[in-house]
Amino acid sequence: MSIDLTEGQARRYARQISLIEIGIDGQRKLIDSKVLCIGTGGLGSPASMYLAAAGVGTLGIVDFDVVEESNLQRQILHSTADVGRRKVESAVDTLRALSPTIEVVATDARFTRANAFEILEPWDIVLDCTDNFPARYLANDATQMLGKPLVHGSIYQFEGQATVFMPGRDTPCYRCLFPRPPRTGPPAGPFGVLPGIVGCAQAAEAIKLIVGIGEPLVGRLLIVDGLAMEFQEVKIRWDADCPVCGKEPTVTELIDYEAFCGLPSRDE
Amino acid sequence: MPVSVKLPSILRKHTGGEAKVEADGATIRELLANLEKTYPGVTENVIAEDGGLHRFINVYVNDEDVRYLGSLETPIKEGDTVSILPAIAGG
Repeated sequence: MSIDLTEGQARRYARQISLIEIGIDGQRKLIDSKVLCIGTGGLGSPASMYLAAAGVGTLGIVDFDVVEESNLQRQILHSTADVGRRKVESAVDTLRALSPTIEVVATDARFTRANAFEILEPWDIVLDCTDNFPARYLANDATQMLGKPLVHGSIYQFEGQATVFMPGRDTPCYRCLFPRPPRTGPPAGPFGVLPGIVGCAQAAEAIKLIVGIGEPLVGRLLIVDGLAMEFQEVKIRWDADCPVCGKEPTVTELIDYEAFCGLPSRDE
Repeated sequence: MPVSVKLPSILRKHTGGEAKVEADGATIRELLANLEKTYPGVTENVIAEDGGLHRFINVYVNDEDVRYLGSLETPIKEGDTVSILPAIAGG
C-alpha cells in the first residue's frame, strides 16, 4: 500500500526524506508501518519517542504500570506532573504531542502468556522494552511463533545489549543467545542515559528494518559499556537445538515464563 | 601468554572494580581457573556445579561464543580477548 505524503508530512519529515537511503519511498514505508513497544519505561521512552518522531504511522505501546517519581531519572516519556498516572496515558500524551498525525494505540495491561498473541498480532515489528526475564522469554517465544521480528534491548547498571531477532529457522532467537535465565541480580541503577542509548539503538534498528537499509543487528549482539563508552559486538549463532526456533522445536506453545525463570507463577 | 579478559558490571566486585584484567591459560578452562585463583568468586556464576558453563552467562573468544568453538576446551592464543557476558533484563 503506497500513500502520498501530505504537505505537512513532507515538511515534518523533510530532513529524513533528504537522506538518499530513505527518501519519499522510505518515508511512505514508515507511515505505513505498525510498530509495537512492549514497555514505556527506560527503553520504551526513547524508543517510542524516536519512532513517533520518525513518522511510524501506527505506534503501539503496552504497559500496566503507574508513573513513579524514581522513574523520572530515565523514563523521559513521563514528566513530574505525570507521577501517579497510568504510564500508557502519560505516554500517549507525550507521543501525540510530538507527532499528532500518527496513530498511537495504547494497551493498559500486563503482557502475559494469556494475552501475548492477541497483543502482538496486529504489529509488523515488536520492540522488547520490558524489564524482566519472564517477559523477555515470552516476547521472544511469541514473536517467533507469530513470525514477527523482535528488536531486543536490555540494560543493567552501566551496560546494555541490543540485537534483532528475526523469525524462522536458521536465524537466532533470544533462547539461542541465552538458553536459560539467571536468578535476577541485585537491583541497582541503572545509569539513566544507558537505556537512552540502547532504546535509541532499538528505534534505529526498527526504522532500518522498515525502510530496508543499512545492516540490521541480525546475528550480532551490540554490547554497550557506558562507563568506558565502548561498543563491542559479538556473533549470535542460530542454535539448531533451540527449543523454539531450532530444527525440531519442543516448545510450540507459550509456557509459564515465571516458572521457567524460577519465580512464583503469576495469576492469569 | 596472558590475554585480556573483559568483565561485566556484575563480576567487577570480585576484581576491585576492574573491567578489564589479564589472565593466562591455554584453554578457556585454564583461563577461568586462573582467573578464579586471582579473583576468588569471579567464576562462581560462570561455571556450573557439573563443571560446565552456565547457560545464562556466555563466554566469548573475540566475537565467538565458546559454546560453538570448544566450550571450556576452546584454545586461546596471544592477542585474543575473552569476554564474559551475562544475560541482563533491565529496561
